[in-house]
Amino acid sequence: MGIPQLLVHDHEDNVGVVVVENLSAGTEMLCVVTADDSDFRLTAKADIPIGHKVALKPLKAGDTVVKYGEDIGRMVGDADVGEHVHTHNCKTKRW
Amino acid sequence: MALDFSNATVRAWRRENGRVGVRNHVLILPVDDISNAACEAVANNVKGTLAIPHAYGRLQFGEDLELHFRTIIGTGANPNVAAVVVIGIEPEWTQVIVDGIARTGKPVAGFSIEQKGDFETIRQASWKAKEYVHWATELQKEDCPVSELWISTKCGESDTTTGLSSCPTVGNMYDKLLPLGIHGCFGETSEITGAEHICEKRAANPEAAARFRKIWQAYQDEVIEAFKTSDLSDSQPTKGNILGGLTTIEEKALGNLEKIGRSSTYIDAMGPAEAPSKGPGLYFMDSSSAAAECVTLMAAGGYVIHTFPTGQGNVVGNPIVPVIKISGNPRTLRTMSEHIDVDVTGVLTREMTIDQAGDALIEMILRTANGRATAAEALGHREFSMTKLYRSA
Repeated sequence: MGIPQLLVHDHEDNVGVVVVENLSAGTEMLCVVTADDSDFRLTAKADIPIGHKVALKPLKAGDTVVKYGEDIGRMVGDADVGEHVHTHNCKTKRW
Repeated sequence: MALDFSNATVRAWRRENGRVGVRNHVLILPVDDISNAACEAVANNVKGTLAIPHAYGRLQFGEDLELHFRTIIGTGANPNVAAVVVIGIEPEWTQVIVDGIARTGKPVAGFSIEQKGDFETIRQASWKAKEYVHWATELQKEDCPVSELWISTKCGESDTTTGLSSCPTVGNMYDKLLPLGIHGCFGETSEITGAEHICEKRAANPEAAARFRKIWQAYQDEVIEAFKTSDLSDSQPTKGNILGGLTTIEEKALGNLEKIGRSSTYIDAMGPAEAPSKGPGLYFMDSSSAAAECVTLMAAGGYVIHTFPTGQGNVVGNPIVPVIKISGNPRTLRTMSEHIDVDVTGVLTREMTIDQAGDALIEMILRTANGRATAAEALGHREFSMTKLYRSA
């Protein structure tokens, strides 16, 4: 197995994290779930910076975003599989 | 296979009260902001001393004054400090600090400026500082078990890589060293928001859980609700966090809590700069998430080594406590490696397990305790920031 481009904490998560620099749209990413080291492939639909999140499932406004197997906020816009999830389409439920 | 650290020892200084210190500072400690100049002059006269100027100490009252005294006394009392020269504008509060530090049994002397002026105060204090330097530099290190180390943690300039690599590295360290009998400490009250329900469950007993919940709720009611504008999203997550990919406070909090590992539980929740009072184990400390303020409070609580995961590259240090930086972000290691002590980028490339990363951190803790200067020490980072609860009188 090569070096992964995307890490996912938990199988319940609907987002993963880019862990390499200069990831470009169209890259077929090796994705690893850190909980059990299982892997899968996913195509990035945008240039996404290191550390930023990618949707693993189609996400609609109002959907809960799950990371670490936990609720980390809600979508305020849509993101298709492989698209960027960040402050432009995701927001806290707290303040 | 994980390394066995149960019989590990470090060469360190055993203080008068039995505590183990890993540095041997002679501090020139101002009681208040207007005594900074005299303290810095003494430190300039007498090599091998360290002045730690700060911004406050006049016209404070009530709980805010208690916290100021506790922070200054705790800093002087920290086992990384051999002896202390205290300078304040007037004698009474100066004596409060001297008496508080003297309870440890270490040498401490106070000087006040009123009716003397800076020149005469500096002259008298310099003679005492020189005496302390001669005395402290002859103190011998001895073998001390790793279990006697007090190790705190707080992360900064976090991003999504901290939750994946450097924070669980600290957590793995705690899961291995807390069972050996160390004292641990985590905090960052505002940054637990979004994971407070998980943090509450990590208490070792119902009393600790209740104390944590009370501290967290008080922060929500007294600070967030009282002062919030539209929301805190301009500050928590920080702009640096957001550049690093963190989107919400919940996401940041879940990554933050990775620092207490898988099996560790906290035995008490304590106020800022308080010293743990229930024996070895992990403690939660009510504290700001701002790096320098938080490390200053934990140092005042008596912790002698600080472990600091960073993603985007926080550069903080502390005058008396070595701050060990851990990062797994390959861009940060590429662009600012002079600040990083433990490189855990291998966790992201899957070439290093969290267990191996935890061992690497423990080895760096032992080397640091034995005298290796941290990156922050080598670069002169000595941030000493008082936490202030409300406006002065």
